[in-house]
Amino acid sequence: MCGIVGLYLKNPKLKPKLGKMFKPMIIEMTNRGPDSAGVAVYRNPVKKNETKFSLAHNDPAFDWKKIDTGLEKALKCDCKVAKIGNHCILVTTAKEKPVVEWLAKHYPDVRVVGSGHTIEIFKETGLPANVYDKFNLDEAQGTHIIGHTRMATESAVTTAGSHPFATGADLCLVHNGSLSNHNRLRENLRREGMEFQTENDTEVAAAYMTWKLRSGASLRETLEDSLRDLDGFYTFLVGTHDGFAVVRDPIACKHAVIAETDDYVAMATEYRAIAHLPGADDAKIWEPEPTKIYTWGGNA
Amino acid sequence: MSTQGLSELDLQKAGVRGINQTLQGLAKNTNQRHWLVRNPMGQHAIAVGLDAPLHVEVHGHVGFYCGGMNKESEIIIHGHAGVGVAENMMSGLVWVKGNASESAGATGNGGLLVIDGDASSRCGISMKGIDIVVGGSVGHMSAFMAQRGNLVVCGDAGEALGDSIYEARLYVKGKAHGLGADCIEKEMRAEHLEDLAKLLERAKRKERPQDFRRYGSARKLYNFDVDHADAY
Repeated sequence: MCGIVGLYLKNPKLKPKLGKMFKPMIIEMTNRGPDSAGVAVYRNPVKKNETKFSLAHNDPAFDWKKIDTGLEKALKCDCKVAKIGNHCILVTTAKEKPVVEWLAKHYPDVRVVGSGHTIEIFKETGLPANVYDKFNLDEAQGTHIIGHTRMATESAVTTAGSHPFATGADLCLVHNGSLSNHNRLRENLRREGMEFQTENDTEVAAAYMTWKLRSGASLRETLEDSLRDLDGFYTFLVGTHDGFAVVRDPIACKHAVIAETDDYVAMATEYRAIAHLPGADDAKIWEPEPTKIYTWGGNA
Repeated sequence: MSTQGLSELDLQKAGVRGINQTLQGLAKNTNQRHWLVRNPMGQHAIAVGLDAPLHVEVHGHVGFYCGGMNKESEIIIHGHAGVGVAENMMSGLVWVKGNASESAGATGNGGLLVIDGDASSRCGISMKGIDIVVGGSVGHMSAFMAQRGNLVVCGDAGEALGDSIYEARLYVKGKAHGLGADCIEKEMRAEHLEDLAKLLERAKRKERPQDFRRYGSARKLYNFDVDHADAY
């Protein structure tokens, strides 16, 4: 099962309503994935010399101020932290790598769930409605947002095993389906230096894409190679800094539907998630073809 | 509720079960034949299991299995239809004014399914006597294990058309992007042109029968034959 949903606004006037428009979409997918939910929202871009991290800790009372002062002292950088639920958005002038290394050394319980200039990732076990409220996503403003409701099949119900999975700067992946060669691929990627937090199959797909992108492939090339190297059945939705991409395996038995109007492009596992959007009745609606890479935002 | 013989149902108020109970509960000789379903909201299993000569117009996009198991009713969907529209239809008509998702008309025994737009993969999978007319194209594995009935495609057909087909007849006007195991192109004889003309007319299509090609079973995989082991 699992449900995936994405909303990309073509009409900038709708940006203030992004979170409100998206809420009924992800909640409609609750019975496809009641175990956990996650959202990647693209908003509030930081300055060129800054990086934005989405961090998470199992303890909701964790004091993020310690990260702020600790990093500023150790890396001689500026930091700002904003606590949202058991997550924190950290904006810093430090480079990505030393931050990740410092966190791993001093606060190994802090998980880096995403990083980039605009992306913010929030994910947690529980019903989508509860997760959405916990992170105050109703108020989210921005250009695009993608989400996932998980029915766990390949690994345990944990926050770390929830989607979206980061795949690089401002990139993330949500997945409906399951991969059959993830164990072998995980071992191969470990030899390439990739690290894993879970036994989750989607994390392997995300790591594979991260590895490809780091080696210089474009997003389109990465997705084309994924079709060859990832065995299983899947519909992938990949969030990028300015839009999203959709791709399905060659058999394409995991559902997917796309709706487009003058105001937005919406993608979902089932149309009923899209039905809540204004103007959905008159949208152009179709099922994406297998192995065809669809992109919006022109990033691929 | 009723105006000049037309009865309205609002799915947001009545829910899927409410709508289906109303429509399924009608006697075969009911005078209340014309129904309008509003606000389908992409919900699944709308107007399934109907068993009376009704005329049901659904205004909006529907979810999975709309019109499934239909007997005798005419169901018109003014929008997109999700997975398995008219699956296992026995008789009657289901007409999709938009596109349809995968497995349209799956296992259908009879009746006519018309899709004005494109259908997706596995259209007519395991069809057992239904007639399907698609105004646009169909996706891969369409008419997989099709046993009986006609599939008419006015656009193109995706990969592996008619894989492991039995006795269904497939008519494609555009390009067939590869035929499945035991599916071959066959001669278009007078009786086929006649059948096809009738189907196109019933679906209000303007295409000419002579512009189509016919595909069907080579009948080599009916019984296991070790010489064909690779083809199964």
